[in-house]
Amino acid sequence: MCSLALFPPLPSGQTTLCESNNELLSGSSTTEELKQDLIPLSLSFPRESLKLHSRTESSSKAAFLDHSETLWMRSAAAWRDGGLTGLLNEVTTSHTEVPKWLSMTSGCILALLRWISSFHGSVFPHVTLSSEDMIAEFSQVLNWPDCVVRAFAWHPHTDKFAVALLDDSIKIYNPKSAIMPTLKHRLQKNVAAVQWKPLCASALAIACQNCLLVWHVDPCSLSTRPSSGCAQVLSHPGHAPVTSIAWSPSGSLLLSASPMDTAMMVWDVAAESCVLLQRVGGGGVTFLSWSPDGSHVLASTPSALFRVWETRMWTCERWPCINGRCQSGCWSPDGSRLLFTVQGETVIYALTFTGTPGVPSSSIKGPQAAAVVADLSETTFKTPDGDIIIGGEIQSVAWDPRGERLAVLLKGDPQAANQPAIIAVFKTRANPIFELLPCGFVQGEPGTEPRLMHFHPNFRHGALLTVCWSSGRITHVPFYFLSTSLPHAGLSGSPPLPHPQERPADFSTQSLFTELIS
Amino acid sequence: MNIMFSTETSCWFIRKVICWRATASIAWSVLLLPPTTAVFVVLSRFSLFHPFQTISECLSLLMSASSIFSFILLGGVIIMAGFLTLEYYTVIPTIACSKIALLGQLLHPRQFINSLAHCLMGIIVGWCCAVTIGYRYEMLGYPCQNSDGYPQMCVNEYHLIVLLAGAFVGFSHSLLGVIHNINYVSFQTVQQYKYFRFKGSLPLVVTCSATQAFYSVRNYIVVYFFLGYIPRTWICKTLTLHVDSSIHPLDSIAGLLDLSLLFHLWISATFLLFMWYITLLLFRIFVTEAYSFPVQPSFTEDSHQCLPKVLTDKHPMILKFLALQDLALLSQHSPSRRSEVFSLSQPGGHPHNWNAISKECLGLLADLTHRLVAYHETVATNGRAKSLSNGSERKTSSETSSAEDLMSPRPAFLMKTPVSVFTRSVGGSSQSPLTVPFTPDLDSPFASPALRRLTAPVEQGSPWHGTVQSPHIMRRAPKLWSTSTDSQFNGSPLPSPASVPSPKQEATKPSFLSQFLQNRKEQVKSFLAKRVLIVYLFNKLPEASSQALFADSQAHIWALEGLSYLVQASFTEDHFGVVQTTLPSILSSMLLLQEAVDRHFKLPHASSKPVRSTGSIGDSAYKTLRFALRATLKTAIYRITTTFGDHLNAVEMSAEHRKRLQQFLENKE
Repeated sequence: MCSLALFPPLPSGQTTLCESNNELLSGSSTTEELKQDLIPLSLSFPRESLKLHSRTESSSKAAFLDHSETLWMRSAAAWRDGGLTGLLNEVTTSHTEVPKWLSMTSGCILALLRWISSFHGSVFPHVTLSSEDMIAEFSQVLNWPDCVVRAFAWHPHTDKFAVALLDDSIKIYNPKSAIMPTLKHRLQKNVAAVQWKPLCASALAIACQNCLLVWHVDPCSLSTRPSSGCAQVLSHPGHAPVTSIAWSPSGSLLLSASPMDTAMMVWDVAAESCVLLQRVGGGGVTFLSWSPDGSHVLASTPSALFRVWETRMWTCERWPCINGRCQSGCWSPDGSRLLFTVQGETVIYALTFTGTPGVPSSSIKGPQAAAVVADLSETTFKTPDGDIIIGGEIQSVAWDPRGERLAVLLKGDPQAANQPAIIAVFKTRANPIFELLPCGFVQGEPGTEPRLMHFHPNFRHGALLTVCWSSGRITHVPFYFLSTSLPHAGLSGSPPLPHPQERPADFSTQSLFTELIS
Repeated sequence: MNIMFSTETSCWFIRKVICWRATASIAWSVLLLPPTTAVFVVLSRFSLFHPFQTISECLSLLMSASSIFSFILLGGVIIMAGFLTLEYYTVIPTIACSKIALLGQLLHPRQFINSLAHCLMGIIVGWCCAVTIGYRYEMLGYPCQNSDGYPQMCVNEYHLIVLLAGAFVGFSHSLLGVIHNINYVSFQTVQQYKYFRFKGSLPLVVTCSATQAFYSVRNYIVVYFFLGYIPRTWICKTLTLHVDSSIHPLDSIAGLLDLSLLFHLWISATFLLFMWYITLLLFRIFVTEAYSFPVQPSFTEDSHQCLPKVLTDKHPMILKFLALQDLALLSQHSPSRRSEVFSLSQPGGHPHNWNAISKECLGLLADLTHRLVAYHETVATNGRAKSLSNGSERKTSSETSSAEDLMSPRPAFLMKTPVSVFTRSVGGSSQSPLTVPFTPDLDSPFASPALRRLTAPVEQGSPWHGTVQSPHIMRRAPKLWSTSTDSQFNGSPLPSPASVPSPKQEATKPSFLSQFLQNRKEQVKSFLAKRVLIVYLFNKLPEASSQALFADSQAHIWALEGLSYLVQASFTEDHFGVVQTTLPSILSSMLLLQEAVDRHFKLPHASSKPVRSTGSIGDSAYKTLRFALRATLKTAIYRITTTFGDHLNAVEMSAEHRKRLQQFLENKE
């Protein structure tokens, strides 16, 4: 089992640049030109540059609207936006204008409704949270409310990516074009996650506070502000806020989850229809992760329980945890191994699934218990600037598409100055036994903390980790290595893009026939 | 031979599968009857002040002989409803393109029988409800005294109103069923076990039946208020009952504003609708369950039951749909069955399975392309859609194309055996000898500009000319007869290639008489077009024609999924290269369809989203099938391009298609 004590020492005050020759190279922040040279796509969103209208809007609302006259109108608007709970909420909050008994009654009904709607007989504390707090609680992003970059997604087939910012806008960057579309929509508030649809050039799904949005951004369009007509709104009563979304790797289905809704939605996006998948227990669904081969889905709940769904007949296995809820998880490229972390624990667990996709799940004997593969408990590192404590709880984990590097975002301790949030990177090896080996720490400029991270889906020379920092900066850390095994296409999922550079040069010139027959 | 096979197969399938599934669904609905009735009894008799007494009363009631009789009656109603569902269900919805067509559907004799049966069932259930609720509802007649003090039998209007409510709810249920296409059975996007599907849909059924019962009862109250005296007097006359003058008649405001009566009416209607909806839901769940057809027959006498054979059957439609669903599922999830698809026959070494499957799927896609191109032509030539129904349009296209089919038999393009492909590759010739005779004569007077546009860029090597052109031939002649007045809605959208060539080609020389008739017809039409009612009835409903065009697109979606997944899997699993022989035609047919779909979505109303209806048990999946098809088509092409990548440059293709494909390879579509 790997622990942080085995990690190489931390170079203080330096920014991690890349991995080369099996070690992480870092440089001081003065070598700006080198960084620019390496990665042309690094971006920065200073907090000052964003127009944070969301907060001012809510305050200006009170200033402009006449309360005494518009209680009915506000109630109507609340009814339209939030249904019965919204109306009751409005009546309860404006207790100065309505009779006391009415506001009391509506408050009571509201509380009762809140409890009934999401409970299966036991108390789940998370339902008392406001939707913004709930997104912050269950998001994969560290310190989500304060984060300039709230969500990030690479396109699965090309080099473009989407960035959701604090001002509820989404920007799409494409190195091949000078146009940078900005997506804004009336319902696009408090974006918790974005994801591109696989096997499609244009569709981008966005998890918002009240609904799901699917934007269709035409890659050939010259428009920088696509109209809101390009967005499909998918909503279901009671299914808000949406904290996690997952496209199936075959691009046909979209899953969405909300901690307030015990059902997980399977959307047929084009038809705008959904199927509810509901099981007793858990009290909601917080995080979804679809295995790259499309055979399994991890769905964690706000209580100490998570489920692994099998996607052929949509049955699930229940996995109770001991200490807390499943915080994050990721799948190996062939979908056979699931790594997950549990809130309140400092270890990474692994589950192995040995079923072939064709066999019905009843005959597959799943794993009986999860195995601990890495221990990330707090470890003190000595640096010239003093001792630094690294380790603790884990915010999110990410596995690169080839299954060779595992990045772990450690929460750190916001109160303690010498325990920063940091990304620890492991090398992973599947043969002869599965094990994690230390690779190193990824740190940014002094004073910045990592907030979220993503691996590029098809980086040709190894793995490319994109990190969004607390300063609003997005950097890319390449890990250059030679793959131990050629990427192997899964049986049923969409295989990764062919990597022509790793194949013999004359491969592409040969005709199709000879290649497949040989 | 073929016909014999197909009838045999359909008999086999209906007898062995569909009937059993229907029986199982009816049995389950009958089994669900006791708990439903118990809930109904408790709810209808519940009194807040004597809860324990109510429960003991309900228990004794449920054990009584009269309730056993009610159970038997209700079970009979469910069995009848189940049989009606089995008789009337369809996998391709009938979509009325105008108000008059909808009216025609409502007044169809078949529909009349359905309504009558539902009325009857409603009355029976109403009687059961009245007896179960007991109290003042129990009997139709009761002894009373007339003004002179003589005892006589009086009509109990409370009993009557419940009976009539059952009839009214049954009638409105069957009418709304036509409007909402309640008989349409759609297939789920995800596979689930039956129990979970049932559990997931149960809340919807409960809310739907409650809301629908509410609206029905509201309408019923209004109708009864105005027309309630008619059945009452009729009953009184036929059964020689009297009206008790000491009691208020119920068709007055005071009589109907009885909350307890309204509640009992509503809960009886909910019970009735719930029973029917549950039967319908269970039938849908059972009948759409995936069926696994063997790819390779284990015995020769079972060969008509294996997937490649079953796919080609057109009747029953459910068989074709289930076979296509099975194909889509096996191509996604089942490597062992995929390997059977890719296998070669022994002896002989022919990929018969793959050939049959790909031929059928490509035929489906080509058929849809035809339909779209033909529809687009009609719309484009007139600037707007003609006021002829889509069904007849399809009919004409199939009829006129049959003449063309004599010159170039449509299935010819699909009969490519690997032998011909191998000779092609060995000989190094860029043209398949088989396809040459079937290329369209672009210089002939029968080619329309649209045809030229579509076919000109296609290289001679592509075997697809013969299929694209056929619907265009009819566009040559002056369109004298294209507005056929008999608007018929044939459910089967697949034009039978074996239809008799119609003598429409004579119309090339319009005579004086026909011109005169034409003028008169135009005059009559313009006269009628000014009348509001006529316009209202005959105007096309927006986007209905688009929906009708894609009504059976679930089949195309599965065909696209199945083909693309199989092609994707062939990259690693196809050891003999059987898929490569058809790869060019798969790609070109997908790209042709993509072009046709793109053009279709540029028409007005085609891309407007339908209003989502959530509170109805009727499945509205058919309204969005065209969007689903468009998305699936794009995904299917991307699936092939991302799998094969630059290897696709080695595939023979026309320049136009290559350009199009390049867009996909660069992720720019």
